[in-house]
Amino acid sequence: MALLNNIKAVRDQFPALGQKVNGKDLVYFDNGATAQKPLSVISRLNEMNSGVNGNIHRAVHDLSAKCTMLYEGARESVREFINAESTEEIVFTSGTTASVNLVANSFTAAFISKGDAVIICEADHHSNIVPWQMACQRAGAELRILPVDDSGCWKMGELDKILDGKVKIVSVAHISNVLGIINPVKELIERAHAAGAAVLIDGAQGIVHSQVDVQKLDCDFYAFSGHKLYGPTGTGILYGKRALMDKMGPWMGGGDMVETVTLQKTTYAPLPLKFEAGTPNFIGAAALGEAVGFVNSLDRQFAAEHEELLMSKLMNGLREIEGIKIYGDAAGKIPLASFNIEGVHHADLAMLLDKMGVAVRSGMMCCEPLMSRFGVTGMVRVSLAVYNTAEEIDVLLKSLSRAVGMLRQ
Amino acid sequence: MTIKETEQQIVEEFAVFTEWLDKYEYLIELGRSLPIIKDSGKEEKNLIKGCQSRVWLAADYTDGKIYFTADSDAIITKGIVSLLVRVFSGRTPQEIIDADLSFIKEIGLEENLSPTRANGLLSMIRQIKFYAVAFAANK
Repeated sequence: MALLNNIKAVRDQFPALGQKVNGKDLVYFDNGATAQKPLSVISRLNEMNSGVNGNIHRAVHDLSAKCTMLYEGARESVREFINAESTEEIVFTSGTTASVNLVANSFTAAFISKGDAVIICEADHHSNIVPWQMACQRAGAELRILPVDDSGCWKMGELDKILDGKVKIVSVAHISNVLGIINPVKELIERAHAAGAAVLIDGAQGIVHSQVDVQKLDCDFYAFSGHKLYGPTGTGILYGKRALMDKMGPWMGGGDMVETVTLQKTTYAPLPLKFEAGTPNFIGAAALGEAVGFVNSLDRQFAAEHEELLMSKLMNGLREIEGIKIYGDAAGKIPLASFNIEGVHHADLAMLLDKMGVAVRSGMMCCEPLMSRFGVTGMVRVSLAVYNTAEEIDVLLKSLSRAVGMLRQ
Repeated sequence: MTIKETEQQIVEEFAVFTEWLDKYEYLIELGRSLPIIKDSGKEEKNLIKGCQSRVWLAADYTDGKIYFTADSDAIITKGIVSLLVRVFSGRTPQEIIDADLSFIKEIGLEENLSPTRANGLLSMIRQIKFYAVAFAANK
Protein backbone atom coordinates (compact mmCIF):
# COMPACT_ATOMS: atom_id res chain seq x y z
CA MET A 1 0.00 0.00 0.00
CA ALA A 2 1.23 3.47 -0.87
CA LEU A 3 2.15 5.53 2.16
CA LEU A 4 0.08 8.60 3.06
CA ASN A 5 2.35 11.43 1.97
CA ASN A 6 0.11 14.48 1.60
CA ILE A 7 -2.25 16.33 3.88
CA LYS A 8 -5.36 15.71 1.81
CA ALA A 9 -4.83 11.95 1.82
CA VAL A 10 -4.35 12.06 5.59
CA ARG A 11 -7.39 14.23 6.27
CA ASP A 12 -9.56 12.06 4.05
CA GLN A 13 -9.06 9.31 6.62
CA PHE A 14 -10.71 11.37 9.37
CA PRO A 15 -14.43 12.02 8.97
CA ALA A 16 -14.57 13.96 12.26
CA LEU A 17 -12.47 16.75 10.77
CA GLY A 18 -15.19 17.72 8.29
CA GLN A 19 -17.74 18.77 10.89
CA LYS A 20 -18.92 22.19 11.94
CA VAL A 21 -18.87 23.33 15.55
CA ASN A 22 -20.92 26.32 16.62
CA GLY A 23 -21.56 26.95 12.95
CA LYS A 24 -17.86 27.12 12.08
CA ASP A 25 -15.54 24.62 10.43
CA LEU A 26 -13.98 22.65 13.25
CA VAL A 27 -10.34 23.37 13.99
CA TYR A 28 -9.35 20.55 16.30
CA PHE A 29 -6.30 21.49 18.36
CA ASP A 30 -6.87 19.33 21.44
CA ASN A 31 -5.04 16.29 20.16
CA GLY A 32 -3.00 15.99 23.33
CA ALA A 33 -6.25 15.11 25.12
CA THR A 34 -7.55 12.72 22.48
CA ALA A 35 -7.09 12.27 18.75
CA GLN A 36 -9.76 11.81 16.09
CA LYS A 37 -10.14 8.36 14.54
CA PRO A 38 -9.27 7.21 11.04
CA LEU A 39 -11.68 5.20 8.88
CA SER A 40 -9.83 1.94 9.48
CA VAL A 41 -10.42 2.22 13.23
CA ILE A 42 -14.05 3.22 12.79
CA SER A 43 -14.81 0.39 10.40
CA ARG A 44 -13.14 -2.22 12.62
CA LEU A 45 -15.26 -1.04 15.55
CA ASN A 46 -18.39 -1.07 13.40
CA GLU A 47 -17.68 -4.47 11.93
CA MET A 48 -17.18 -6.07 15.31
CA ASN A 49 -20.03 -4.28 17.08
CA SER A 50 -22.39 -5.19 14.30
CA GLY A 51 -21.46 -8.84 13.92
CA VAL A 52 -17.97 -10.13 14.51
CA ASN A 53 -18.53 -10.34 18.23
CA GLY A 54 -17.73 -13.34 20.40
CA ASN A 55 -15.88 -13.43 23.69
CA ILE A 56 -12.23 -14.22 23.16
CA HIS A 57 -10.04 -17.10 24.34
CA ARG A 58 -12.85 -19.21 25.79
CA ALA A 59 -15.30 -20.57 23.31
CA VAL A 60 -14.80 -22.88 20.35
CA HIS A 61 -17.28 -21.18 18.06
CA ASP A 62 -16.40 -19.21 14.98
CA LEU A 63 -17.09 -15.70 16.25
CA SER A 64 -14.97 -16.30 19.33
CA ALA A 65 -12.14 -17.62 17.18
CA LYS A 66 -12.31 -14.61 14.85
CA CYS A 67 -12.27 -12.15 17.74
CA THR A 68 -9.41 -13.98 19.42
CA MET A 69 -7.43 -13.74 16.21
CA LEU A 70 -8.13 -10.03 15.85
CA TYR A 71 -7.25 -9.43 19.50
CA GLU A 72 -4.01 -11.38 19.40
CA GLY A 73 -3.23 -9.91 15.98
CA ALA A 74 -3.47 -6.44 17.48
CA ARG A 75 -1.11 -7.52 20.25
CA GLU A 76 1.41 -8.54 17.64
CA SER A 77 0.95 -5.21 15.79
CA VAL A 78 1.65 -3.34 19.00
CA ARG A 79 4.67 -5.54 19.76
CA GLU A 80 6.14 -4.81 16.36
CA PHE A 81 5.27 -1.11 16.66
CA ILE A 82 7.33 -0.62 19.82
CA ASN A 83 9.79 -3.41 19.01
CA ALA A 84 9.16 -5.48 22.12
CA GLU A 85 10.87 -8.85 22.21
CA SER A 86 7.70 -10.86 22.61
CA THR A 87 3.92 -10.50 22.72
CA GLU A 88 4.08 -11.83 26.28
CA GLU A 89 5.41 -8.40 27.19
CA ILE A 90 2.36 -6.59 25.77
CA VAL A 91 -0.54 -6.26 28.22
CA PHE A 92 -3.83 -4.73 27.09
CA THR A 93 -5.24 -2.25 29.61
CA SER A 94 -7.89 0.45 29.53
CA GLY A 95 -5.33 3.24 29.11
CA THR A 96 -2.17 4.83 30.45
CA THR A 97 -3.77 5.37 33.84
CA ALA A 98 -4.64 1.69 34.20
CA SER A 99 -1.15 0.71 33.03
CA VAL A 100 0.53 2.93 35.63
CA ASN A 101 -1.81 1.67 38.32
CA LEU A 102 -1.03 -1.91 37.38
CA VAL A 103 2.69 -1.31 37.89
CA ALA A 104 2.12 0.81 41.00
CA ASN A 105 0.24 -2.11 42.51
CA SER A 106 1.98 -5.23 41.24
CA PHE A 107 5.55 -3.93 41.13
CA THR A 108 5.18 -2.36 44.54
CA ALA A 109 3.80 -5.55 46.04
CA ALA A 110 6.68 -7.57 44.61
CA PHE A 111 9.64 -5.25 45.02
CA ILE A 112 9.02 -2.31 47.33
CA SER A 113 9.32 -2.54 51.09
CA LYS A 114 9.18 -0.10 53.95
CA GLY A 115 11.99 2.44 53.71
CA ASP A 116 12.43 2.05 49.96
CA ALA A 117 11.85 4.95 47.60
CA VAL A 118 10.14 5.83 44.32
CA ILE A 119 10.98 8.77 42.05
CA ILE A 120 8.46 10.72 39.98
CA CYS A 121 8.76 14.14 38.37
CA GLU A 122 7.06 17.39 39.35
CA ALA A 123 5.97 17.97 35.75
CA ASP A 124 4.12 14.65 35.58
CA HIS A 125 0.45 14.10 34.86
CA HIS A 126 -1.72 13.28 37.88
CA SER A 127 -2.02 9.73 36.58
CA ASN A 128 1.68 9.24 37.21
CA ILE A 129 1.59 11.01 40.57
CA VAL A 130 -1.45 9.77 42.42
CA PRO A 131 -0.94 5.99 41.86
CA TRP A 132 2.59 6.30 43.25
CA GLN A 133 1.46 8.37 46.24
CA MET A 134 -1.06 5.62 46.99
CA ALA A 135 1.51 2.84 46.47
CA CYS A 136 4.13 4.54 48.64
CA GLN A 137 1.61 5.09 51.38
CA ARG A 138 0.67 1.42 51.34
CA ALA A 139 4.25 0.19 51.25
CA GLY A 140 5.64 2.74 53.68
CA ALA A 141 7.98 3.95 50.94
CA GLU A 142 9.25 7.45 50.32
CA LEU A 143 8.16 9.42 47.25
CA ARG A 144 10.95 11.54 45.82
CA ILE A 145 10.51 14.25 43.24
CA LEU A 146 12.66 15.07 40.24
CA PRO A 147 12.32 18.85 39.80
CA VAL A 148 12.22 20.81 36.55
CA ASP A 149 13.89 24.12 35.74
CA ASP A 150 12.13 27.32 34.69
CA SER A 151 11.76 26.15 31.12
CA GLY A 152 10.30 22.85 32.29
CA CYS A 153 13.34 20.66 31.57
CA TRP A 154 14.36 17.95 34.01
CA LYS A 155 17.06 19.07 36.42
CA MET A 156 19.29 16.11 35.69
CA GLY A 157 21.89 17.40 38.16
CA GLU A 158 19.36 16.89 40.96
CA LEU A 159 18.93 13.26 40.04
CA ASP A 160 22.18 12.25 41.76
CA LYS A 161 20.89 13.68 45.04
CA ILE A 162 17.73 11.56 45.03
CA LEU A 163 18.80 8.45 43.13
CA ASP A 164 20.39 6.00 45.55
CA GLY A 165 20.15 2.33 46.43
CA LYS A 166 16.81 2.82 48.16
CA VAL A 167 15.07 3.79 44.92
CA LYS A 168 13.30 0.79 43.41
CA ILE A 169 11.56 2.47 40.51
CA VAL A 170 11.62 5.76 38.64
CA SER A 171 8.31 6.58 36.94
CA VAL A 172 8.33 9.60 34.63
CA ALA A 173 6.79 10.94 31.44
CA HIS A 174 8.49 10.53 28.08
CA ILE A 175 6.96 13.80 26.86
CA SER A 176 5.21 16.36 29.06
CA ASN A 177 1.53 16.76 28.18
CA VAL A 178 1.68 20.41 29.19
CA LEU A 179 5.05 21.52 27.88
CA GLY A 180 5.60 19.14 24.98
CA ILE A 181 9.24 18.78 25.93
CA ILE A 182 10.82 15.48 24.94
CA ASN A 183 12.59 14.38 28.10
CA PRO A 184 16.04 12.73 28.09
CA VAL A 185 14.60 9.35 29.02
CA LYS A 186 17.50 7.34 27.61
CA GLU A 187 19.98 9.02 29.94
CA LEU A 188 17.61 8.71 32.87
CA ILE A 189 17.08 5.01 32.24
CA GLU A 190 20.84 4.37 32.13
CA ARG A 191 21.41 6.23 35.36
CA ALA A 192 18.46 4.60 37.12
CA HIS A 193 19.63 1.15 36.07
CA ALA A 194 23.15 1.91 37.28
CA ALA A 195 21.61 2.69 40.67
CA GLY A 196 19.60 -0.53 40.62
CA ALA A 197 16.18 1.03 39.97
CA ALA A 198 13.62 -0.02 37.38
CA VAL A 199 12.03 2.59 35.09
CA LEU A 200 8.43 3.09 33.99
CA ILE A 201 7.94 5.54 31.15
CA ASP A 202 4.54 7.22 30.86
CA GLY A 203 4.31 7.31 27.10
CA ALA A 204 0.83 8.79 26.69
CA GLN A 205 2.28 11.59 24.54
CA GLY A 206 5.54 9.87 23.70
CA ILE A 207 4.01 7.05 21.70
CA VAL A 208 2.32 9.56 19.40
CA HIS A 209 5.27 11.82 18.73
CA SER A 210 8.37 9.64 18.76
CA GLN A 211 9.41 6.31 17.35
CA VAL A 212 9.47 4.19 20.45
CA ASP A 213 11.81 1.20 20.52
CA VAL A 214 11.52 -0.30 23.98
CA GLN A 215 14.58 -2.47 23.50
CA LYS A 216 16.77 0.44 22.48
CA LEU A 217 15.35 2.57 25.28
CA ASP A 218 15.85 -0.35 27.64
CA CYS A 219 12.97 0.87 29.83
CA ASP A 220 11.41 -1.73 32.11
CA PHE A 221 7.86 -0.56 31.50
CA TYR A 222 6.27 1.67 28.89
CA ALA A 223 2.63 2.76 29.29
CA PHE A 224 0.37 4.40 26.74
CA SER A 225 -3.24 4.94 25.69
CA GLY A 226 -4.91 3.97 22.45
CA HIS A 227 -7.14 7.03 22.12
CA LYS A 228 -4.33 9.55 21.75
CA LEU A 229 -2.80 7.34 19.05
CA TYR A 230 -5.90 7.57 16.80
CA GLY A 231 -7.32 4.43 18.44
CA PRO A 232 -10.47 3.92 20.50
CA THR A 233 -11.01 5.20 24.03
CA GLY A 234 -10.73 2.63 26.77
CA THR A 235 -7.71 0.94 25.26
CA GLY A 236 -4.14 1.06 26.41
CA ILE A 237 -0.93 -0.85 26.63
CA LEU A 238 1.51 -1.76 29.31
CA TYR A 239 4.79 -3.00 27.94
CA GLY A 240 6.86 -4.70 30.61
CA LYS A 241 10.07 -6.68 30.52
CA ARG A 242 9.23 -10.31 30.85
CA ALA A 243 11.81 -11.03 33.54
CA LEU A 244 10.21 -8.41 35.79
CA MET A 245 6.58 -9.13 35.00
CA ASP A 246 7.14 -12.83 35.65
CA LYS A 247 8.05 -11.96 39.22
CA MET A 248 5.03 -9.69 39.69
CA GLY A 249 1.72 -11.04 40.90
CA PRO A 250 -1.53 -10.04 39.26
CA TRP A 251 -3.27 -6.87 40.35
CA MET A 252 -6.85 -7.83 39.57
CA GLY A 253 -8.29 -11.31 39.80
CA GLY A 254 -10.98 -12.79 37.60
CA GLY A 255 -11.61 -14.88 34.55
CA ASP A 256 -9.06 -15.46 31.80
CA MET A 257 -6.08 -14.75 34.08
CA VAL A 258 -6.00 -18.18 35.69
CA GLU A 259 -4.46 -21.55 35.04
CA THR A 260 -6.31 -23.69 37.56
CA VAL A 261 -8.78 -22.62 40.18
CA THR A 262 -9.91 -24.54 43.22
CA LEU A 263 -11.87 -22.89 45.97
CA GLN A 264 -8.70 -22.83 48.07
CA LYS A 265 -6.05 -21.80 45.61
CA THR A 266 -5.52 -20.44 42.14
CA THR A 267 -2.52 -20.66 39.90
CA TYR A 268 -2.19 -17.91 37.39
CA ALA A 269 -2.03 -17.94 33.64
CA PRO A 270 1.31 -17.07 32.07
CA LEU A 271 2.07 -13.62 30.65
CA PRO A 272 0.39 -11.55 29.41
CA LEU A 273 -3.00 -12.99 30.41
CA LYS A 274 -2.02 -12.95 34.09
CA PHE A 275 -2.62 -9.19 33.95
CA GLU A 276 -5.78 -9.26 31.86
CA ALA A 277 -8.48 -10.35 34.29
CA GLY A 278 -12.03 -10.45 33.01
CA THR A 279 -13.31 -9.90 29.49
CA PRO A 280 -10.94 -7.34 28.00
CA ASN A 281 -12.03 -4.59 25.65
CA PHE A 282 -11.27 -6.91 22.75
CA ILE A 283 -13.14 -4.86 20.17
CA GLY A 284 -11.25 -1.77 21.24
CA ALA A 285 -7.97 -3.66 21.24
CA ALA A 286 -8.59 -4.95 17.71
CA ALA A 287 -9.31 -1.37 16.62
CA LEU A 288 -6.14 -0.20 18.36
CA GLY A 289 -4.35 -2.62 16.05
CA GLU A 290 -5.89 -0.68 13.16
CA ALA A 291 -4.71 2.60 14.69
CA VAL A 292 -1.18 1.24 14.76
CA GLY A 293 -1.70 0.25 11.12
CA PHE A 294 -2.73 3.83 10.35
CA VAL A 295 0.41 5.25 11.95
CA ASN A 296 2.49 2.75 9.99
CA SER A 297 0.76 3.88 6.81
CA LEU A 298 1.99 7.45 7.27
CA ASP A 299 5.01 8.50 5.28
CA ARG A 300 7.23 9.25 8.27
CA GLN A 301 9.29 11.87 6.51
CA PHE A 302 6.20 13.69 5.30
CA ALA A 303 4.65 13.54 8.77
CA ALA A 304 7.78 14.84 10.49
CA GLU A 305 8.28 17.70 8.03
CA HIS A 306 4.60 18.61 8.09
CA GLU A 307 4.47 18.74 11.89
CA GLU A 308 7.68 20.77 12.00
CA LEU A 309 6.22 23.27 9.58
CA LEU A 310 3.00 23.57 11.60
CA MET A 311 4.95 23.99 14.81
CA SER A 312 7.17 26.77 13.49
CA LYS A 313 4.16 28.58 12.06
CA LEU A 314 2.34 28.23 15.37
CA MET A 315 5.27 29.41 17.46
CA ASN A 316 6.03 32.36 15.18
CA GLY A 317 2.40 33.42 15.29
CA LEU A 318 2.08 33.04 19.05
CA ARG A 319 5.29 34.92 19.77
CA GLU A 320 3.87 37.99 18.06
CA ILE A 321 0.97 38.22 20.50
CA GLU A 322 1.50 41.01 22.99
CA GLY A 323 1.83 39.84 26.58
CA ILE A 324 2.04 36.13 25.77
CA LYS A 325 3.97 33.76 27.98
CA ILE A 326 4.76 30.42 26.39
CA TYR A 327 5.67 27.70 28.85
CA GLY A 328 8.39 25.16 28.21
CA ASP A 329 9.87 27.23 25.43
CA ALA A 330 12.74 24.79 24.91
CA ALA A 331 14.29 23.04 21.94
CA GLY A 332 13.13 19.55 21.02
CA LYS A 333 9.38 19.86 21.43
CA ILE A 334 6.44 18.06 19.92
CA PRO A 335 3.94 20.25 18.02
CA LEU A 336 2.31 21.63 21.14
CA ALA A 337 2.26 25.00 22.89
CA SER A 338 0.88 25.97 26.27
CA PHE A 339 0.59 29.64 27.11
CA ASN A 340 -1.13 32.45 28.92
CA ILE A 341 -1.83 35.94 27.67
CA GLU A 342 -1.50 38.84 30.06
CA GLY A 343 -4.79 40.22 31.30
CA VAL A 344 -6.80 37.30 29.95
CA HIS A 345 -8.02 34.18 31.75
CA HIS A 346 -7.23 30.85 30.08
CA ALA A 347 -10.77 29.54 30.51
CA ASP A 348 -12.28 32.66 28.91
CA LEU A 349 -9.94 32.34 25.95
CA ALA A 350 -10.78 28.67 25.43
CA MET A 351 -14.49 29.38 25.72
CA LEU A 352 -14.42 32.09 23.06
CA LEU A 353 -12.17 30.05 20.77
CA ASP A 354 -14.73 27.25 21.02
CA LYS A 355 -17.43 29.63 19.84
CA MET A 356 -15.20 30.36 16.86
CA GLY A 357 -14.90 26.66 16.09
CA VAL A 358 -11.42 26.19 17.54
CA ALA A 359 -11.04 23.40 20.11
CA VAL A 360 -8.16 23.90 22.54
CA ARG A 361 -7.53 22.77 26.08
CA SER A 362 -7.47 25.08 29.07
CA GLY A 363 -7.07 24.66 32.79
CA MET A 364 -4.61 22.62 34.80
CA MET A 365 -4.40 19.75 32.34
CA CYS A 366 -4.19 17.24 35.20
CA CYS A 367 -0.86 18.75 36.25
CA GLU A 368 -1.63 20.80 39.34
CA PRO A 369 1.92 20.56 40.77
CA LEU A 370 3.37 21.86 37.49
CA MET A 371 0.83 24.71 37.46
CA SER A 372 1.98 25.63 40.98
CA ARG A 373 5.59 25.42 39.79
CA PHE A 374 4.81 28.10 37.21
CA GLY A 375 2.57 30.04 39.62
CA VAL A 376 -0.57 29.84 37.48
CA THR A 377 -4.06 28.39 37.86
CA GLY A 378 -4.07 27.06 34.33
CA MET A 379 -2.90 27.53 30.76
CA VAL A 380 -4.25 27.33 27.24
CA ARG A 381 -2.85 24.42 25.27
CA VAL A 382 -2.77 24.03 21.51
CA SER A 383 -1.74 20.49 20.59
CA LEU A 384 -1.43 19.48 16.95
CA ALA A 385 -1.71 16.21 15.08
CA VAL A 386 -0.51 15.14 11.68
CA TYR A 387 -3.91 15.93 10.14
CA ASN A 388 -3.84 19.62 11.10
CA THR A 389 -3.10 22.27 8.49
CA ALA A 390 -1.32 25.60 8.15
CA GLU A 391 -4.68 27.22 7.33
CA GLU A 392 -6.04 26.02 10.65
CA ILE A 393 -3.16 27.75 12.42
CA ASP A 394 -4.16 30.95 10.63
CA VAL A 395 -7.72 30.50 11.91
CA LEU A 396 -6.41 29.96 15.42
CA LEU A 397 -4.22 33.06 15.33
CA LYS A 398 -7.02 35.25 13.96
CA SER A 399 -9.49 33.84 16.49
CA LEU A 400 -7.02 34.37 19.32
CA SER A 401 -6.53 37.97 18.38
CA ARG A 402 -10.28 38.52 18.21
CA ALA A 403 -10.87 36.78 21.56
CA VAL A 404 -8.10 38.73 23.26
CA GLY A 405 -9.62 41.93 21.90
CA MET A 406 -12.99 41.03 23.37
CA LEU A 407 -11.56 40.07 26.75
CA ARG A 408 -9.00 42.83 27.22
CA GLN A 409 -10.85 46.08 26.41
CA MET B 1 -40.10 40.29 41.50
CA THR B 2 -40.13 36.55 42.01
CA ILE B 3 -37.28 34.25 41.04
CA LYS B 4 -39.29 33.12 38.04
CA GLU B 5 -39.87 36.71 36.93
CA THR B 6 -36.20 37.63 37.22
CA GLU B 7 -35.34 34.52 35.25
CA GLN B 8 -37.83 35.50 32.57
CA GLN B 9 -36.32 38.97 32.41
CA ILE B 10 -32.88 37.46 31.80
CA VAL B 11 -34.26 35.15 29.12
CA GLU B 12 -35.71 38.17 27.34
CA GLU B 13 -32.43 40.06 27.58
CA PHE B 14 -30.63 37.18 25.94
CA ALA B 15 -33.27 36.67 23.28
CA VAL B 16 -31.91 39.62 21.30
CA PHE B 17 -28.62 37.84 20.64
CA THR B 18 -28.68 35.63 17.61
CA GLU B 19 -24.92 35.20 17.47
CA TRP B 20 -23.01 33.14 20.02
CA LEU B 21 -20.30 35.72 20.25
CA ASP B 22 -22.74 38.55 20.97
CA LYS B 23 -24.06 36.52 23.85
CA TYR B 24 -20.57 36.06 25.20
CA GLU B 25 -19.74 39.71 24.66
CA TYR B 26 -22.74 40.52 26.86
CA LEU B 27 -21.55 38.05 29.51
CA ILE B 28 -18.12 39.69 29.45
CA GLU B 29 -19.81 43.05 29.90
CA LEU B 30 -21.81 41.73 32.83
CA GLY B 31 -18.69 40.22 34.32
CA ARG B 32 -16.81 43.46 33.95
CA SER B 33 -19.46 45.78 35.28
CA LEU B 34 -19.94 43.94 38.54
CA PRO B 35 -17.33 44.10 41.26
CA ILE B 36 -19.42 41.58 43.04
CA ILE B 37 -17.34 40.59 46.00
CA LYS B 38 -15.14 42.44 48.44
CA ASP B 39 -11.56 41.25 48.60
CA SER B 40 -12.20 40.28 52.22
CA GLY B 41 -14.84 37.86 50.91
CA LYS B 42 -12.26 36.11 48.78
CA GLU B 43 -11.09 33.83 51.52
CA GLU B 44 -10.37 30.17 51.25
CA LYS B 45 -13.65 29.13 52.87
CA ASN B 46 -15.64 30.89 50.14
CA LEU B 47 -13.60 29.44 47.29
CA ILE B 48 -15.16 26.91 44.96
CA LYS B 49 -12.38 25.27 43.04
CA GLY B 50 -12.69 24.06 39.49
CA CYS B 51 -10.02 22.93 37.09
CA GLN B 52 -10.84 25.82 34.75
CA SER B 53 -11.67 28.78 36.89
CA ARG B 54 -12.20 29.69 40.50
CA VAL B 55 -15.41 31.04 41.97
CA TRP B 56 -15.86 32.72 45.33
CA LEU B 57 -19.25 32.78 46.96
CA ALA B 58 -20.19 34.49 50.23
CA ALA B 59 -23.63 34.51 51.84
CA ASP B 60 -25.20 36.83 54.41
CA TYR B 61 -28.46 36.03 56.14
CA THR B 62 -30.37 39.17 57.14
CA ASP B 63 -34.05 39.54 58.04
CA GLY B 64 -34.98 36.18 56.65
CA LYS B 65 -33.27 36.71 53.32
CA ILE B 66 -29.98 35.50 51.91
CA TYR B 67 -27.69 37.97 50.20
CA PHE B 68 -25.02 36.51 47.97
CA THR B 69 -21.86 38.10 46.73
CA ALA B 70 -19.62 36.23 44.35
CA ASP B 71 -16.69 36.55 42.03
CA SER B 72 -14.58 34.58 39.61
CA ASP B 73 -11.10 34.98 38.18
CA ALA B 74 -12.48 34.27 34.68
CA ILE B 75 -14.57 37.08 33.23
CA ILE B 76 -17.12 34.92 31.35
CA THR B 77 -17.66 32.75 34.39
CA LYS B 78 -18.04 35.97 36.37
CA GLY B 79 -20.72 37.07 33.93
CA ILE B 80 -22.66 33.87 34.44
CA VAL B 81 -22.09 34.12 38.18
CA SER B 82 -23.55 37.62 38.16
CA LEU B 83 -26.73 36.22 36.59
CA LEU B 84 -27.01 33.65 39.36
CA VAL B 85 -26.47 36.29 42.03
CA ARG B 86 -29.13 38.46 40.39
CA VAL B 87 -31.59 35.56 40.47
CA PHE B 88 -30.86 34.28 43.97
CA SER B 89 -29.71 37.19 46.10
CA GLY B 90 -32.27 38.73 48.41
CA ARG B 91 -34.48 35.65 48.45
CA THR B 92 -35.79 33.59 51.33
CA PRO B 93 -34.23 30.18 51.85
CA GLN B 94 -37.46 28.50 50.78
CA GLU B 95 -37.60 30.42 47.50
CA ILE B 96 -34.08 29.28 46.71
CA ILE B 97 -34.76 25.69 47.67
CA ASP B 98 -37.80 25.63 45.39
CA ALA B 99 -36.13 27.28 42.41
CA ASP B 100 -35.32 25.39 39.27
CA LEU B 101 -32.75 26.80 36.90
CA SER B 102 -34.42 26.30 33.56
CA PHE B 103 -33.46 29.83 32.48
CA ILE B 104 -29.82 28.72 32.15
CA LYS B 105 -30.93 26.28 29.50
CA GLU B 106 -33.23 28.77 27.87
CA ILE B 107 -30.45 31.30 27.36
CA GLY B 108 -28.26 28.57 25.94
CA LEU B 109 -25.64 28.32 28.66
CA GLU B 110 -26.47 24.85 29.94
CA GLU B 111 -23.20 23.48 28.59
CA ASN B 112 -21.51 25.47 31.32
CA LEU B 113 -23.39 23.55 33.96
CA SER B 114 -22.58 19.94 33.12
CA PRO B 115 -21.21 18.18 36.18
CA THR B 116 -17.73 17.71 34.80
CA ARG B 117 -17.41 21.09 33.17
CA ALA B 118 -15.18 21.95 36.07
CA ASN B 119 -15.63 25.70 35.98
CA GLY B 120 -17.11 25.71 39.43
CA LEU B 121 -20.57 26.86 38.36
CA LEU B 122 -22.44 23.72 39.21
CA SER B 123 -20.65 23.59 42.54
CA MET B 124 -21.68 27.19 43.04
CA ILE B 125 -25.36 26.39 42.50
CA ARG B 126 -25.01 23.45 44.85
CA GLN B 127 -23.44 25.78 47.39
CA ILE B 128 -26.24 28.34 46.98
CA LYS B 129 -28.82 25.63 47.63
CA PHE B 130 -26.75 24.35 50.52
CA TYR B 131 -26.74 27.80 52.15
CA ALA B 132 -30.50 27.99 51.70
CA VAL B 133 -31.03 24.61 53.36
CA ALA B 134 -28.65 25.51 56.19
CA PHE B 135 -30.26 28.91 56.85
CA ALA B 136 -33.74 27.39 56.63
CA ALA B 137 -32.77 24.81 59.26
CA ASN B 138 -31.32 27.45 61.61
CA LYS B 139 -34.28 29.79 61.46
